[in-house]
Amino acid sequence: MMGLSTPPAVRVWEHQLILYRRIWASNVVVSIVRPLLYVLGMGLGVGGLVDDGPRADEVLDGLTYFQFFAPAMIATTAMMVLVNDSLWPIRGGFLWNRTFFSQAASPISPGEIVGGVALWHLTKGLLSSVGVAVVLALFPSTRTWGLIPAVGVGALTGVAFAAPLTTWAAWRETDLSFPNINRFVIVPMFLFSGAFYPISQLPTWLQWFSRITPVWHGVELCRGAVYGGLSLGDVVVHVVYLLAWAGVGWVLARKVFADRLGN
Amino acid sequence: MELLNNHRPPITAGLIPPSLRDARRPHRVLERHWFVSRSGFFWILLGGFFEPFFYLVSTQLGFGSLIDDVEVGGELVSYVHFVAPALLAASAMNGAMYETMNVFFRMTFDKTYSSMLATPMTAGDVVLGDVFWATIRGGLYSAAFLVVMAVLGMTSSWWGLLLLPASLLVSFAFAGVGMAIATFIRSIEDFEYVPTAMLPMFLFSATFFPASSYGRFEWVLNFSPLYHGVALLRALNLGQFPPSIFTHVVVLFALAGLSIVLSAHRIERALLG
Amino acid sequence: MSGSEGTAVITAKALTKRFGDFEAVKGTDFEVRAGEAFGFLGPNGAGKSSTMRMIGAVSPVTSGELRIFGLDPADDGRKIRARLGVVPQQDELDEFLTVKDNLVIYGRYFDIPLKACREKAMELLEFVQLADRADSKVQPLSGGMKRRVTIARSLMSDPEILLLDEPTTGLDPQARHVLWDRLYRLKQQGVTLVLTTHYMDEAEQLCDRLVVMDQGEIAAEGSPAELIRTHSPREVLELRFPAGTNAEHAPKVEGVGARQEVLPDRILIYADDGEAALSEVHRRQAVPESALVRRSTLEDVFLRLTGRTLVE
Repeated sequence: MMGLSTPPAVRVWEHQLILYRRIWASNVVVSIVRPLLYVLGMGLGVGGLVDDGPRADEVLDGLTYFQFFAPAMIATTAMMVLVNDSLWPIRGGFLWNRTFFSQAASPISPGEIVGGVALWHLTKGLLSSVGVAVVLALFPSTRTWGLIPAVGVGALTGVAFAAPLTTWAAWRETDLSFPNINRFVIVPMFLFSGAFYPISQLPTWLQWFSRITPVWHGVELCRGAVYGGLSLGDVVVHVVYLLAWAGVGWVLARKVFADRLGN
Repeated sequence: MELLNNHRPPITAGLIPPSLRDARRPHRVLERHWFVSRSGFFWILLGGFFEPFFYLVSTQLGFGSLIDDVEVGGELVSYVHFVAPALLAASAMNGAMYETMNVFFRMTFDKTYSSMLATPMTAGDVVLGDVFWATIRGGLYSAAFLVVMAVLGMTSSWWGLLLLPASLLVSFAFAGVGMAIATFIRSIEDFEYVPTAMLPMFLFSATFFPASSYGRFEWVLNFSPLYHGVALLRALNLGQFPPSIFTHVVVLFALAGLSIVLSAHRIERALLG
Repeated sequence: MSGSEGTAVITAKALTKRFGDFEAVKGTDFEVRAGEAFGFLGPNGAGKSSTMRMIGAVSPVTSGELRIFGLDPADDGRKIRARLGVVPQQDELDEFLTVKDNLVIYGRYFDIPLKACREKAMELLEFVQLADRADSKVQPLSGGMKRRVTIARSLMSDPEILLLDEPTTGLDPQARHVLWDRLYRLKQQGVTLVLTTHYMDEAEQLCDRLVVMDQGEIAAEGSPAELIRTHSPREVLELRFPAGTNAEHAPKVEGVGARQEVLPDRILIYADDGEAALSEVHRRQAVPESALVRRSTLEDVFLRLTGRTLVE
């Protein structure tokens, strides 16, 4: 009876969790060590140069570079983790290990499979964001209660990428485009996300590129969560924008999964 | 039999495996890889141009006005001039290292090596061939990077041309290291550790901030293989030839050589048992 | 060709292979002559593949002596491999290349000029009846087709000896017959075939001479007919009793033939005249569910020599 009462999407999620159990230890280490290295290298190393530079006070709103950079990593890390978790693994589910087909052969509907995948992506987004938040909590200058909502923002940012990319991976016949998505889409978004410097440094047209990318909204929200300073209107716009990417992505994913799995 | 073989072996006999001394056909490995990758080559090259472009433009626009000039060998250079050769070295490293991660698949699932070793090819051919291939891949990225640097005005003079052979050397060294690492990988999950192990090297090789920032820990830099590449390329880009570049060149060659020998031993052990 | 006919191309004396504490091949002696088809028959783990890998000069000999074309694989591995064709147990085809390019690239490993490789590849694909799949990827091919591609690939260098490790394991009956036919033609062209198998029908079909291997040792050697003649009476009577009653029926039919073997699913009675043995069984009022008289095969030889069946 217990098994029957579990919603099907949760069972799909459980399946992912069981696979993850084999690698969770290394994953946890990685999700703490990587942000720590970035915070030290970029935050303190490059930060030293920026703080000594000519325009730090004027550009960074009174924050040190370390303070400026560190919270943004919650959003960018979640993005990077979920980009990796949505392209090839989704393709693998259709092609290599064919997990989705065996799930679809049981009484689980394609929509519920997508639901399970979404839950799993949300989980991974939360895990990676917690990793970064733990690192930030180690440093007094970034340790605020705002890290808690920032974790949620990180997960939301990740899902805003995972949803459309899941659709893409399920839709395309080959994985030839995947490396190019990384090179031509994800890397520029990462670099111009406002994580490394305020986008006010960029020419106007590039600022608009940054504003279109979900990750900038995630970065702004994370920084706002940790230090305050965002108006309610800003928060609503950012959150709605991220939700829109995630929502539209999942609606499309349901359709593509249904087509692929023959329902 | 035992008595007859009692002549003194050459000193290198224990170190350099016979398969490496017998290697005559590493170019056949290149041929095979070319057959496999020729159809996707355009995208690889295109990616090679765009990635450095994004990085360099982002650095210049974003940090250009935020960071003062940095001192390199007594000269003051703009931050982007400081970072560009370092990113070039990192790109040579990444191009070569990520290519060699395929070695794991060629050893295990794809059985590419098993097929080769049934022919007159030796384990030495396989190792040298794959190291050269990865070097070429890294070298192509470096060449593309260099073109972007030149177009964006980040090369300082015609000395910049020396960056090409120098970044090939960086690729060569890391192709060797990558190959050796790949022979130790047990399963796909182990791959996760590779970028994580490379990250500290990428961040802490005087790539984004000068060696002087490391204060009394500056000497630690010498243990980072990438630092030798960064320092070499940075000096050459400015037309500086301090004696230390000799050290960097020797270290990079030594790294490649030792890795190649280690890889040949590993491949023999894994596939010729 | 006729001059070299019968000269030994492979000789092994006290050939031994150890992996740590495990002795896979325990001091075997055998000789393969030019132009013949020579087989290693035995179950999984008998040491066949280890032997093949040593002959293929990809696995060092632990002790004993092995010569291929009179050369020692420890010193002249490259020279030996240049004259061998190898069909490994798993096909090991290059999934990233087309069928034809698999052959072309393989030929390049032997330093054959590119143009010659292209021509040879088409010729060999013709030979294995896969010319129409030349530009296909490897992955969609059936198991039998992949096997034929592998054989074509191994022939790129015009090898003097072809090593085939379990050439038809996992193939359906039709695919096996196609393959046997091609191998038979190669033999007629003068290629020396060395193969391992755990199928007695394959050994009977293909081998002029074979050795029966079991647990790293050679249990017997000869032509299939010789082996059967020496080690087993002419006919076998197979009796099937209701499940689980073999043990109780065994004493009843004891002594009907020259020898009997009690297997989990049936009792085998070896006799020169199977029909006569069956009459005797009936006379003793043992009532099998079914009875079958057949000729002795290598399977029976193996059972006789080792007390076990080939395929379990």
